[in-house]
Amino acid sequence: MSELFVAKVDDLADRERRIVVEGALEIGVFRLGDEFFAWESNCPHAGGPVCQGRIMNRVNEVLDDEKRAHGYEFVEADVHIICPWHGYEFNIRTGVHPGDAETRLRGFPVTIRDGAVYVTV
Amino acid sequence: MATDDGFKRTYPEIDDWTDSRELLANARKQAEERQLDDVFIVDIDSHISDGGNWPEIMDYVEDPVIREAASAFGDGSKRGAFLNGTNGLQWQNVWGRIPHGQGLKEAVEESELSRETILARRCMDQMGLDYQVMFPNAMLFLGMHPVPEMEVHLATAYNRWLVERVLPEDQRIKAMMYLPFNNPVEAEATVKRFLGKPGVAGFLITSSRHKPVHANEYMRLYGMLEESGQVLGFHTHLNWQNEYTSQLNRFISMHAISFVLCNLVHLTNWIINGLPERFPKLKVMWIESGVAWLPFIMQRLDHEYMMRTSEAPLLKKLPSEYMRDMFYTTQPLERTNETLLAASMEAMSAETQMLFASDWPHWDFDLPATIWDLPFLDEKAKRNILGYNAARIFDLEIPEKYRALAAE
Ligand code: FES
Repeated sequence: MSELFVAKVDDLADRERRIVVEGALEIGVFRLGDEFFAWESNCPHAGGPVCQGRIMNRVNEVLDDEKRAHGYEFVEADVHIICPWHGYEFNIRTGVHPGDAETRLRGFPVTIRDGAVYVTV
Repeated sequence: MATDDGFKRTYPEIDDWTDSRELLANARKQAEERQLDDVFIVDIDSHISDGGNWPEIMDYVEDPVIREAASAFGDGSKRGAFLNGTNGLQWQNVWGRIPHGQGLKEAVEESELSRETILARRCMDQMGLDYQVMFPNAMLFLGMHPVPEMEVHLATAYNRWLVERVLPEDQRIKAMMYLPFNNPVEAEATVKRFLGKPGVAGFLITSSRHKPVHANEYMRLYGMLEESGQVLGFHTHLNWQNEYTSQLNRFISMHAISFVLCNLVHLTNWIINGLPERFPKLKVMWIESGVAWLPFIMQRLDHEYMMRTSEAPLLKKLPSEYMRDMFYTTQPLERTNETLLAASMEAMSAETQMLFASDWPHWDFDLPATIWDLPFLDEKAKRNILGYNAARIFDLEIPEKYRALAAE
């Protein structure tokens, strides 16, 4: 087990990520508010650089009381990282694909110490 | 990670302008982990073309009036001149989520080489490809052009540009020539003109069109292709305008159906009208419809043929048996259900009839590892699908280092 320095807490803004590299291992460390999450940048679909993708909120389809559809909306609470190779999306808080709970990213523990972010591998 | 040419990874967020060596860095990693550089790999279908060279292609238009008229497009730049592209393709990137789905916009170094060759080399090096067959996006729509003769003007310009400008730049790049199929006489002329030119790997019909492939006016064309041993490819494409697909309100729905529908129609006509009996040696290939449609149409046609044989009197065996004599590219390899995929590939005699295709840089591209990692194929089948089937069918020269295994 080793601990890798990621960034100073203040250097990573909300909804930003930093990629840290240890040998062949690439890890994306994400900040959402005051929370930090670390996932391997290796997509379970085909091995794409998932953590280098776009960060976007989950999309929902709006239905009214009679179940008529009224277009899309973004869901603020669910922030996704989207694999740039083919578009698989993963919830940054859970690492799980929104449509298939079995499809998930491999996570790593994150520690905050003395104003800096570390990930343990 | 640094590649041979010293390219270094920088780990930025990937966007529309990201260098494809960065974007495909994990493909290189996969190739090294699996030792794919020791595997002969041919990519039958790629679409490295962002329209940037269209003005140059317009200079190859032979009709002087049309060539001059190209300058009236794109604020005088000739960009997009005469093209009938539909909006559908612009939805490939899932509204910004898959940047390369909208074409590669990356910078390339100043060079005598065409942009296509530079970008193809970046892809081939990262994926570990030995040959790549190139087909530009813009041509995929042409079969539906409202001005039929424009198909001939643009196809000829494009074929000439490939043969005269791009293919001589790198022996690893091959191309299938576009057949202006809406005009059978011009399609025959295209075969006569480009047959045997260096780098020409066969001839191709874009499947998005409303011409029945069994019409008598095409028999001479098929005969020419059969006699010359050329591959005839049917490359699928979208059609969001017909009565059925126009009801589909999402790209996912249209893509799932439309990219299969056109080849379903052409393949059904091809078989039921007995074209495999009329041209038994013609090598026919179905490109970019994936694999999942094949068991469906096999079973369906066999089932109905047994009851309605008199409607297909030229057939001497089951439709599915003719299907197993034809060739198919693998991409997009539907593989969320491995059991179904294994059965489909077995039904198709994949070991001898399937050929790897990447479709790079489209949104649903596949990698060589997609085939290499399939648990139900043995290594010989994987090597055949990745390269040796292509070498056999297209008569490609296999580099020395792979020859021993090819002979097995
Ligand atoms: S590799 Fe990530 S979506 Fe395909």
